[in-house]
Amino acid sequence: MTTLVSPATKTLNIDGLDVAINGERNLLELIRKADIELPTFCYHSDLSVYGACRLCLVDIEGRGIQGACSTPPEPGLKVRTHTEEIREIRKITLELLLANHDQQCPTCLKSAACQLKAVARQLGVGQVRFKRVHEPRPLDLSSVALIRDPNKCILCGDCVRFCAEVQSVGAIDFAYRGHDAAVLPAFGDGIGAGECVNCGQCAAVCTTGALTPRPEIEPVWQALNDPTKFVVAQVAPAVRVAIGEEFGLEPGTATSGQMVAALKRLGFDRVYDTSFAADLTVIEEANEFLKRKARGEKLPQFTSCCPGWVKFAEQYFPDLLPNLSTCKSPQQMLGALCKEFLPGELGRERRDIVVVAIMPCTAKKFEAKRPELARDGSPDVDHVLTTQELARMIEEAGLRYRKLAPESYDMPMGFKTGAGVLFGNSGGVSEAVLRYAAEKISGEKLRSPDFHAVRGEDGMRLATIVIDGTVLKLAVVHGLKNARALADKVRKGKTDLDLIEVMACPGGCIGGAGQPVSRDRSVRQLRTRGIYDVDKNLDLHKSQENHFVTEIYSRHLGEIGGKKAHQLLHTHYVNRAVS
Amino acid sequence: MISDLNQDSHGPDAVTPPLAAAGPSTECNAIVARIVERHGRRASRLVPILQDVQAEYRYLPADVLSYVARALNVAPARVFGVATFYAHFAIKPKGRHLVRLCDGTACHVKDSVPILDAIRKKLGVDAKNPTSRDLLFTVETVACLGACGLAPVVVVDDQVYGGMTPDKGVALIDAIVAKEAAA
Repeated sequence: MTTLVSPATKTLNIDGLDVAINGERNLLELIRKADIELPTFCYHSDLSVYGACRLCLVDIEGRGIQGACSTPPEPGLKVRTHTEEIREIRKITLELLLANHDQQCPTCLKSAACQLKAVARQLGVGQVRFKRVHEPRPLDLSSVALIRDPNKCILCGDCVRFCAEVQSVGAIDFAYRGHDAAVLPAFGDGIGAGECVNCGQCAAVCTTGALTPRPEIEPVWQALNDPTKFVVAQVAPAVRVAIGEEFGLEPGTATSGQMVAALKRLGFDRVYDTSFAADLTVIEEANEFLKRKARGEKLPQFTSCCPGWVKFAEQYFPDLLPNLSTCKSPQQMLGALCKEFLPGELGRERRDIVVVAIMPCTAKKFEAKRPELARDGSPDVDHVLTTQELARMIEEAGLRYRKLAPESYDMPMGFKTGAGVLFGNSGGVSEAVLRYAAEKISGEKLRSPDFHAVRGEDGMRLATIVIDGTVLKLAVVHGLKNARALADKVRKGKTDLDLIEVMACPGGCIGGAGQPVSRDRSVRQLRTRGIYDVDKNLDLHKSQENHFVTEIYSRHLGEIGGKKAHQLLHTHYVNRAVS
Repeated sequence: MISDLNQDSHGPDAVTPPLAAAGPSTECNAIVARIVERHGRRASRLVPILQDVQAEYRYLPADVLSYVARALNVAPARVFGVATFYAHFAIKPKGRHLVRLCDGTACHVKDSVPILDAIRKKLGVDAKNPTSRDLLFTVETVACLGACGLAPVVVVDDQVYGGMTPDKGVALIDAIVAKEAAA
């Protein structure tokens, strides 16, 4: 780092370099800005400071050894980051953590993205001299979305803080203490039994393999290798801008062509795009919305495509369930269409059609198993793979992802407009609905399809759009704590909003827990941009321009919001009030 | 659920379900409801609330913890965390009489362990199952009672007994059993 520091700038000194203080919240941020990668486990920039892992220790002249994460930057401090004493402390700390950690790295799902492993390597910990004292504890397999392995937990608490501070759920917390301390769901029950909404962000921030998305790779391989099955893949918008990361590509790089090619090489008989169903969702949901708006009832309308949010609403806001759009999520719409129409088209039984959804999300695994989204016990979506799981299958098959010749989605349900792809971003559902509703209200073509007012990074954004004298008030939220704050206001009648888009994960689906693991906010930003670029690179940007969607109404569904559409594309919710 | 115990959520704007709706309406819940109300339904009063609940039931049953969590608008996992953090709280039923044997340094060097062994043997309990089957006694060890001058020390309920031996310890138990039988 070059230091061209003007005399007025306040600085402190890190390992002999003068570094300008510029509003950093703590010394750790400043040290990392100076391109020194201090190791941490319990520090996460989106969460409160915990100060427990003791890896970011630094030596401050006159003060001794302090945690950088919990020390505010002050002008004139002289900081050293790797003295002999600090090196020694860090190594012993890590040795102690490793001693009780189940070190079955080769078979661990998190192996490639494990921070504990990475830091051990970074610090050159060559041996673990301490014996393990913890008895092995059983895996928690109670959830369809997540696996909790208490033998791998190092008690950094990132999961606890994310669940409480960002999602306001608090499904897991520290329990017991000292030697017995553990991260546990309430009453030591399984994580699937309680208030967990399956967003999986605990697994995304987990520094080890203590919390991981629950894989469904095996049954998918079995279906692919079963000649009696016709296996259909559908891929969510956010997957295409992230899966490349698993193969060394820049975040945000869209690799739809390689991804489709990989899916076909794996043996999928059809590859459809969930964005097609997102276009369909726009048509159904926008019409539902405009009808409610005209009648002035059940407003604001909440979006319903995020399964983390839906379970959250069912638990904490059952009184607001009538305000949720009754539209199924795109995943479930596409599943329902496949199971309804493919048997006739192919001359096969419903039970021989296997629908596999590739999702950036762990909550989609729970959604696919909702009994109301099955017919006669047979689910509309049979299996949900995360982006990570698809990458693992591609690796297992030995496919050189970056060298695959691009292939195209299958028609008709592989055809989409940019509006359908936007669903991957926070604000995307709102923008897609606006692109439809604006033309529907005004009867005129939009000059530009872009609604920048609903884009952005803030967890809570408000926008007022005026179309031909009709005022539409929207809110876009991500993070369930933000959703809770807004829903509380709605409950008290303190808003005049028309439409509220909720996504549980930071940045929307692109930040889902099924995506390649990353702690870097800029990765999310690049994926967000990737989604907007995909929209721009497509020729059509409005769901109403998707002629295959138009055709499916004229040939199969009949009226928008009609009887058949309701049967296939809409759902109902369950009161899961926690009191 | 809010999770910051230092921040009470029950300001004038807070939306909370009526307390009656927060669980099965049993007599037991009426007692807990009164305790929670006495502390103003404030999340920051969680520890004293749990103390009062434990005074009532001698332990913290899971459904009561669940009820308290709901009433205070705190995540059940956090309430469970607090209940398991403090040695004073029990999440398993305790006996009517609590026998606490000090195994701090002073008592330990004064041979506290044989006393513990004798009492445990007498009652048929061990470290994992510290409560006698008739739910009359729970035997626990504590790290120090601050009465080192009296070592070795046994505390039965709120009564402190110094200079204990294995025989004296067993005699204490016998006396209580006799009293209970007479009652």
